[in-house]
Amino acid sequence: MKLDIVLAGVGGQGVVSLGVVIAATAQRRGLTVNLSEVHGMAQRGGSVMATLRIADGPIHGALIPAGSADFVVSTEPLEALRHLDLLSPAGTLVTASEPHVNLPNYPDPKELLERIRALPNAVVVDGMRLAREAGGVKAANLVLVGALSDFLPLDPEDIEDYIRERFAKKGADIVEMNLRAFRAGRESACPTAA
Amino acid sequence: MSPTATLTEARTSLLLMGDEAVAQGAIDAGLSAAYAYPGTPSTEAFDYLLAHAGADGIVASWCANEKTAYEQALGVSMVGRRALVVMKHVGLNVAADPFINSAIVSIHGGLVVAVADDPGMHSSQNEQDTRFYADFARVICLEPADQQEAYDMTREAFELSERFGIPVVVRLVTRLAHSRASVDIRPPRPQKPLDKTADPNSWILLPANARKLWRQLLDTQVELEGYTENSAYNPVSYSPSSHSPNSRNNPSPLENNALGVITTGIARGYYRENLPELESRPPHLHVGAYPLPVGKIRALASRCDALLVIEEGYPFLERRLRGILPTPIEIRGKESLHLPLDGELSPDLVRAALGLPTRPRLEAARESLPARPPQLCRGCPHMDSFDALRQALNGYECSIVSADIGCYTLGALPPYQAIESCVCMGASIGMAKGAADAGLHPVVSVIGDSTFLHSGVTPLMDAIAADTDMTLLILDNGTVGMTGGQETILRSSQLEPLILGLGVAPEHCHVLEAHPRKVDALAAALRQELEHRGLSVVIAVRECIEHARMRTSAARKERRAAS
Repeated sequence: MKLDIVLAGVGGQGVVSLGVVIAATAQRRGLTVNLSEVHGMAQRGGSVMATLRIADGPIHGALIPAGSADFVVSTEPLEALRHLDLLSPAGTLVTASEPHVNLPNYPDPKELLERIRALPNAVVVDGMRLAREAGGVKAANLVLVGALSDFLPLDPEDIEDYIRERFAKKGADIVEMNLRAFRAGRESACPTAA
Repeated sequence: MSPTATLTEARTSLLLMGDEAVAQGAIDAGLSAAYAYPGTPSTEAFDYLLAHAGADGIVASWCANEKTAYEQALGVSMVGRRALVVMKHVGLNVAADPFINSAIVSIHGGLVVAVADDPGMHSSQNEQDTRFYADFARVICLEPADQQEAYDMTREAFELSERFGIPVVVRLVTRLAHSRASVDIRPPRPQKPLDKTADPNSWILLPANARKLWRQLLDTQVELEGYTENSAYNPVSYSPSSHSPNSRNNPSPLENNALGVITTGIARGYYRENLPELESRPPHLHVGAYPLPVGKIRALASRCDALLVIEEGYPFLERRLRGILPTPIEIRGKESLHLPLDGELSPDLVRAALGLPTRPRLEAARESLPARPPQLCRGCPHMDSFDALRQALNGYECSIVSADIGCYTLGALPPYQAIESCVCMGASIGMAKGAADAGLHPVVSVIGDSTFLHSGVTPLMDAIAADTDMTLLILDNGTVGMTGGQETILRSSQLEPLILGLGVAPEHCHVLEAHPRKVDALAAALRQELEHRGLSVVIAVRECIEHARMRTSAARKERRAAS
């Protein structure tokens, strides 16, 4: 088993945290994981890209070869399209639909979503709305974890356990908000799975 | 702060970044003290040390700059205890003086310098390769290929440092420094007792001593080469079918085993990624420990018609192989353009160098999409300073604004386009003085508070001595912002007394707030000082917006813990 996931978004949207939840859960299941990120200049407001690799054997470094990612997961549509060349033709694009507009020449969001929906395998979730309904936009990346979770060789219960631990210090309300966001994302991507 | 703490488990296997694996390796090696200046991609090593070292009684201090950090580590070594210095690649330029000379003294307590290179320049002004520095100083360099090796090599580096009496370099690159993988850790060893060197002459580099010590270091090279020749970090693998001295008749270099492969550091992963698709397994030498294992390289070369050298960074090993005179076999690598000379390696670049076809893929949309460059955070005080500066410079026919390294370097991009240079830490001040000396007016130097304390104080002394016709604008946001909000070495309130103490005239030193509602006042002060035909300093103060957020969030967490 080998699973390569490209995580994309804008600095400050919690792209790396999204990966940490999946990576930590996978590691606890005894799988090999590698989660990369690039800091510094790209930290705030700029495009960020992280890679998450999960396998039941050795992983040869952080970078995912072109055309071989099983998933591209993005916190917003423009960044979702930026890394298409990494996606395997059989792979799936999972993205939140709400654009993060912080540049003057942001393309027409409708067109972006059309391009995304035209791909062989695309899952578009209304991450912001679901996060708001769950209790706060800060949980938007957990909606994406939920949307992706049905495709992963991980038990959703294990992911929920990890979410409980990770957010325990922030109080019960935050834990519940993130769990609701996770479940909403899971249900929205695959209604039968939740 | 990294989220790693939440990933740690009771088991002795941790999910660690390469940076963090170095820090954990140092802690487990009986580290007594660690010193650093923040710099991407090395910062997380020290963030981790600060979070974990206290319980073990390890001293971990941020320093004014990499040179002062290195010198403090030298002091620890001289009294027999183990010390770690952490920096980014260009930091070693700053620390080059103590580093090169520390190779000549007789290192006593283990001294390890972990340097994170940034091939691809994700967050740096160049992609210099630290292996050249280690070679220049004639010391051992260990180059981990993965996070486990980052841990193991750091532990071993302390042993090697004491065994050979030299500092040992651990070279990381961004992709390793900033990716997390599982690391098995071993029981820690205790710190070493205080044990001052018994031979002070080996630390006094008077020429008479230095000549002897340099000779000793040169004599030690044979032992260093003996170590790397036998090191498990430099493994060779010959598959059963790979020796084929008569393979010249076979047309395909990959099938006939005529090609040998040498990888270094993380390049091994990119090679292994593609290995399953090669029809046969080329003989392979991996180099993780330098000086180069020349015997192993010669043995490999003697069995191949061609060698492909895959290394992240400059073609360090490749250039040694090529030398000047023709080589008996073909050498492929960066200098032959089988791989690019600049930028980061990738599995795809290595794939092409191995002669494998491109994988089918979706069309790259990257080129048709607008770029999203990094930008100053909403509410960043630097924005107000740039607005004020633009206002103050309005009307001058020709002005120059030299700047420095930090978030404010983003002021070079639209919509500000407020700065005109960024070279190295502290350069803005010396460059401003040079431009003023050459006759330009007005001249402004823009520098952040932490960069000023790192390398700006000494060039300011030059400007004070000459009463140079320039204005120094210090953007004081109270933190090292770019690297994630580390503490500056002196607090904001200490800046003005420092500058006045150096000798700047009090009537030409102003402290003002960088605030959207106070842009006019800041601009007026700047304009007034631009018109003063001598040295002036304006400090624009307001806390980094991100630092303020982190501070209130930490306070909230503390209150919750207390209740």
